Amino acid sequence: MAKYAFFLGCIAPLRYPGIEKSTREVFKALGVELADLKDASCCPAPGVIRSFSKSTWLAAAARNLALAEKEGLDIVTICNGCYGSLFDAAHELHEDRKLLDDVNKILSEIGLKYSGGTKVKHFAEVLYKEVGIEKIKAAIKKPLEYKVAAFYGCHFLKPSNIKELDDAENPKILDELIAATGAESMPRRQKTMCCGAGGGLRSQFGETALKFTKTNLENIKDGGASMIIDVCPFCHLQFDAGQKELGFNFPVLHLSQLYGVAMGMSAKDLGIDVHITPVKL
Amino acid sequence: MVKPVPEFTAEIAANGGSSVMSCFQCGTCTAGCPSGKITAYRIRKVMRAAQLGLKENTVNGDDIWQCTTCYTCAERCPRDVQIVEVVTALRNIAAAGGKMYEGHKKVAKNLIAVGHTVDNNDKIKALRKELGLPENPPTVMADAKAKADFDKILELTGFNKLVN
Repeated sequence: MAKYAFFLGCIAPLRYPGIEKSTREVFKALGVELADLKDASCCPAPGVIRSFSKSTWLAAAARNLALAEKEGLDIVTICNGCYGSLFDAAHELHEDRKLLDDVNKILSEIGLKYSGGTKVKHFAEVLYKEVGIEKIKAAIKKPLEYKVAAFYGCHFLKPSNIKELDDAENPKILDELIAATGAESMPRRQKTMCCGAGGGLRSQFGETALKFTKTNLENIKDGGASMIIDVCPFCHLQFDAGQKELGFNFPVLHLSQLYGVAMGMSAKDLGIDVHITPVKL
Repeated sequence: MVKPVPEFTAEIAANGGSSVMSCFQCGTCTAGCPSGKITAYRIRKVMRAAQLGLKENTVNGDDIWQCTTCYTCAERCPRDVQIVEVVTALRNIAAAGGKMYEGHKKVAKNLIAVGHTVDNNDKIKALRKELGLPENPPTVMADAKAKADFDKILELTGFNKLVN
């Protein structure tokens, strides 16, 4: 099984370290080796940072890509935002030689060079495509009976013409990854709708962001789910923190935490004590 | 009377949004836009205003900041307009002109200060320790040389000057 440079990002290690811990444990149990991408920074965030300055965003992303290239490893991320930023940056630098040259002029000032070879993968992609459903099923120690809402978020699958992971309007990857634990992914309206946090909405237009979240929560409730499973710490934060204000109380787990439960990790190791909406397993 | 700026489309193109010119105003983008359902944001109108060189209308208002970059519009666009790229270009132009919200600046200032969009705190440090993780993640947060390298990137691309 492959070895990856583990890209942590910001929200997972600094707000929900249980997601980081669960990912480490789950990948270890499945035989995927993770090496910390030491010295990495924020991806940088596609919402605010890319909106302010595309050149800063691209150069800082290229620094992260170059650090992985130096180690001879491809990157795995546990966040849709990091995945979006690093994947898009790698794609742009791969397609545009001049852009790559310009970025390398900046990287040379800190003794780095990027030749365009780093692949960026989402952890759910690695689980689905490289580990595979059968191997995951074999590692499940405690089959689950939860009825859950699969929350894809946006930048895991889109833009689908460059990510080519699944049908962005009617995806199935996450539903299948959830089903592998025994849990049931319940159908609902507007399944691929945004959580509301992205693009800088959460940090500046919080009330608008919460309206997105409310629509999603109503659809999740109507679909009969009693738990939200996400693949992005930013969606995770938006649901976990937003529910209090909106009067809902669905436990929110990152897929790595759901897998942690199913693979026998203790509740303590999932880091759910910091969740704002209580998680009772 | 609003005055068109003839060079505006070239400016958008220089910022990565050249595909705006392919828009033929079908409105598929607005129809699927989740933000448009709950705010006055009409992405089709933004595209048209951009094509017409109405710089003031597009870069000085709140509209372009209502996009969550969910890509629903771009996925469905029959003309392959890279709509999120156009919005990003418009935001970059707005920011370069000094139009930045305080909430966004706070995120940008965190990036400058610690290399991440949020800082660590005592509660998280304690939990990380409990989980067997280092108090600070092994990133720019844990290595002064790495942080200095990162700072250099921000400086060379003019980010500190832009934000401050």
